[in-house]
Amino acid sequence: MRYGFQAEALVKRFGTNTALSGVDFAARPGTVLSVLGPNGAGKTTAVRILATLLRPDSGTAMVGGVDVVRQPARVRRLIGIAGQDTSVDEDLTGAENLVLIGRLLDLRKAEATARATELLERFELTEAAGRRVATYSGGMRRRLDLAASMIGRPSVIFLDEPTTGLDPAKREEVWRMIRTMAGDGTTVLLTTQYLEEADTLSDDIVVLGQGKVIANGSPDELKQIVGGQAIQLRVADQAQASEAAAILAGVAGHAPDQVGPGVLTVPVVGDAAFTEVVRQLAAANIAVTELSLRLPSLDEVFFTLTGRHTAEPEREQEVAA
Amino acid sequence: MTATSVPSQSTGTVPESVKRPYGLLRHSLALAGRSLIKVRRTPEGLAHAVLIPVIFLVMFVYLFGGAVSGNTKQYLQFIFPAALVMTVIISGIMITGVSLNADIRTGVFERFRSLPIGRSAPLIGSVVGDLIRYVISLVTVFAFGYLLGFRVETGFLQALAAGALTVFFGFCLSWGYVLAGVVSRDAAGVQGIVTLTMFPLAFGTNMVAPTDTLPGWLQAWVKVNPASHAMEACRGLLLGGPVAGPVMRTLLWSVGLLAFFMPLAVRAYRRRT
Ligand SMILES: Nc1ncnc2c1ncn2[C@@H]1O[C@H](COP(=O)(O)OP(=O)(O)OP(=O)(O)O)[C@@H](O)[C@H]1O
Ligand SMILES: [Mg+2]
Repeated sequence: MRYGFQAEALVKRFGTNTALSGVDFAARPGTVLSVLGPNGAGKTTAVRILATLLRPDSGTAMVGGVDVVRQPARVRRLIGIAGQDTSVDEDLTGAENLVLIGRLLDLRKAEATARATELLERFELTEAAGRRVATYSGGMRRRLDLAASMIGRPSVIFLDEPTTGLDPAKREEVWRMIRTMAGDGTTVLLTTQYLEEADTLSDDIVVLGQGKVIANGSPDELKQIVGGQAIQLRVADQAQASEAAAILAGVAGHAPDQVGPGVLTVPVVGDAAFTEVVRQLAAANIAVTELSLRLPSLDEVFFTLTGRHTAEPEREQEVAA
Repeated sequence: MTATSVPSQSTGTVPESVKRPYGLLRHSLALAGRSLIKVRRTPEGLAHAVLIPVIFLVMFVYLFGGAVSGNTKQYLQFIFPAALVMTVIISGIMITGVSLNADIRTGVFERFRSLPIGRSAPLIGSVVGDLIRYVISLVTVFAFGYLLGFRVETGFLQALAAGALTVFFGFCLSWGYVLAGVVSRDAAGVQGIVTLTMFPLAFGTNMVAPTDTLPGWLQAWVKVNPASHAMEACRGLLLGGPVAGPVMRTLLWSVGLLAFFMPLAVRAYRRRT
């Protein structure tokens, strides 16, 4: 079996800090693989290794059957990458950025221009095409960066948190494009912090935490493990919060998490649980201002899988600062 | 893992068999084009490289010219060839290191590195872009000199040779700043190196006064400073006088600087990117 890309026992250390400690994953050609993980999990490190930008300390990474360490030049002919930090040139216009990349990919001038125009159109950047990137908003830069990664019609594409900073409409557009690319036979590696995104786009999901694969499987398999969905409710009267918590616990089989004042959330299996909660709340005369059935957050996934919440040292530092 | 076929797909990536020739050259030129677009968009760097020598010229010729040589016209003839050398030195100093450093830090080079182009193409592109910039600033300063009243006393070919020698000297020297740009953590680091070296290099010369009129300790430095030799050579080529010696010394210095800094810069660049 030849994979679109694969990682085997990847290890990468930065000084004493181990970013990846033996990571394995693989994607069949034409599928979307999501790497889901909190800050510092090692997502970017894994992507950079696969994209020939970083050498692993040990383990192997292959793209289209080609080893990224031994034959980086061949791998570069197959891939496109949109990194987590945009890497377009601020002093050039959007169009100039794309044409330059087209030229570097050996397209002829006319081809490069046509391809740039087409992608600018697709990412709704046509109006801004002649403006310097320095004048772009964050979301526009991100879209330009995505367009840049697609110029060469790569057979494998790496997208590191491609929808971070996009508004919901643009996010949906990027999702649509990812589906289209996969439909055309491109293998996609996507990193994200949102289970919802991984769920809607992927054939396979790898959950990464502190440099290790914590879980992997299809979205359905993963949802079975982490409880699939969660009920979240907000009581109108906070005095009734404990009553509501008792109802949720009774239905879900375990105690809910209090995520805000009067806001309770609990993972459940199956849609019937939702109806049951609605019925019992009504019977107990508990008014709610919010009641929803949603996919669990990354933090809930982590908690279910590891018994720990996502460790975010960065956040603590920010608070301390 | 035998070659089980990958599902057919409409990939536009160029298969190696139809790879177009002269890749490194074409890619480097495309990237040099990018440098030039940047010069056009942010002409401040180029403006500095032109304005500093021009202000310097005007100041010295009209402020001190009378005092130093008793005749501003004569003094302009003496100082102008040196101002040309100063122009390329400042051109190199002002942009080369800083822009390279920015490219490395902002991830622009990272994108280039993920493309199937030669590892050193971005570096070459940036240096070639600089060369073109040197020519532009040199021509501009030359035109200004003519407006002020400077006249070449030799011939067209010698003047051309002076221009070529100056650009070559600037090019070789700029590799020192390429190195600075590649190894510095940020723009401030590059600026530090720039200010530390600009004064001794551009001003610690026989530019404003003949070497033998300078105090002894300065004479010692001026005699080793490669910029002095380049200025001397330019004077010879533009005004007549000894040429072979200074030109030889300038070329030797240039090649020496190139041989010293280029491998270091390329190695540092490969390690950093
Ligand atoms: N160049 C580097 N030097 C030192 N440490 C690094 C470097 N790059 C990454 N790390 C460390 O490796 C670990 C994994 O980082 P990585 O960027 O891969 O995480 P991530 O999953 O992409 O996180 P995020 O969601 O914040 O983007 C972190 O602890 C990080 O501090
Ligand atoms: Mg990251």
